[in-house]
Amino acid sequence: MLDVKAGDDASFGLLLQKYRTPLVNFLYRMVRDAATAEDLAQEVFLRVYRSRKRYAPNAKFTTWLFRIATNLALNALRDTRYRQMEVSLDQRSDPGHNDRPAVELPDGRPGVEQQLVARDRAATIRRAIHALPEKQRAAVLLHKYHELDYDEIARILDCSESALKSLLFRAYETLRVELAPLVASTDVRQGNEPAKESRKP
Amino acid sequence: MNCERMEKRLIAYLDERATAVERREVEAHLAVCIACRTRAEQFRALWGVLDEAPAVEVSPVFDARLRARIAAEPPRRSLWAWLVPLPRLAFAATLLLALSVWISSLPPNPAQNPPVAPSSEAEFKMIKDLPLLEDYDVLANFEALSDLPTQPVTDNREM
Repeated sequence: MLDVKAGDDASFGLLLQKYRTPLVNFLYRMVRDAATAEDLAQEVFLRVYRSRKRYAPNAKFTTWLFRIATNLALNALRDTRYRQMEVSLDQRSDPGHNDRPAVELPDGRPGVEQQLVARDRAATIRRAIHALPEKQRAAVLLHKYHELDYDEIARILDCSESALKSLLFRAYETLRVELAPLVASTDVRQGNEPAKESRKP
Repeated sequence: MNCERMEKRLIAYLDERATAVERREVEAHLAVCIACRTRAEQFRALWGVLDEAPAVEVSPVFDARLRARIAAEPPRRSLWAWLVPLPRLAFAATLLLALSVWISSLPPNPAQNPPVAPSSEAEFKMIKDLPLLEDYDVLANFEALSDLPTQPVTDNREM
């Protein structure tokens, strides 16, 4: 980022290449719409570019980047018009969605069934994450999918590390209850053994 | 440690970011608390489940679109550039200022300010003696005034 600040355009390209996908995915999981996520990611990079001369390396670049992204996502979510649009998009993006648990899908050919189960499980997870309060959702995404340090997430969400740990605990507790059928089916598939490989969030 | 304190310790223990002291405290509690041990195991399983959440591919035109937006950005002007206006505007302002100074330095136009009519000699004397004429004591004891013939009083009621 310091090279970008010095006017090195190629370095901006490298930043774009490195953070484009994680940023779009973070925003996608926040707002649950791919097109909106890309628009917001564009806005994040545009703001980074505009303020490159004022960049002060007193925090990690990822902290700065995700702070801008989180604020933009929260603003987008609070926009009433977006909420109204979101309902219609959900209906279009999840045409096969119903309230049945993932394990109750109708029988079919093995390959197709696996695909349907995976798709349904993914949609269930996506809905459970999206049902979290916005700050809890952002905390889980930054912790689980981007593996940021606690101090970074706390700075992004403008709270203390202690408050963040409580926030994460409550969020994971909600997800544990909401996704209990999936968690249980994972245990069954793994022969009731604890998920030892999942020590990393 | 009790179950309430686990709220701030369990996640850091599970993702291996807890300090050595915190880790020992959590392990001691998990050894005696079945509920927290079960929760810890389910949190681990949950993290495995969350990995199934769908990710999106970024649009192939993302970079080109962003580059186009950056190219369309108006050039940002420095503070000095904001203080120094455009050359044409600066020239016009200077010209206006010079014109104002020149107009204000011109002698006043007699046609716009008509001269005061010259006063007569008598009026000048009257004005000169005005403080004296307004002095009541002087007028009351002025002998010349007592020699004047008195005006006959007319009764308006008779008219």
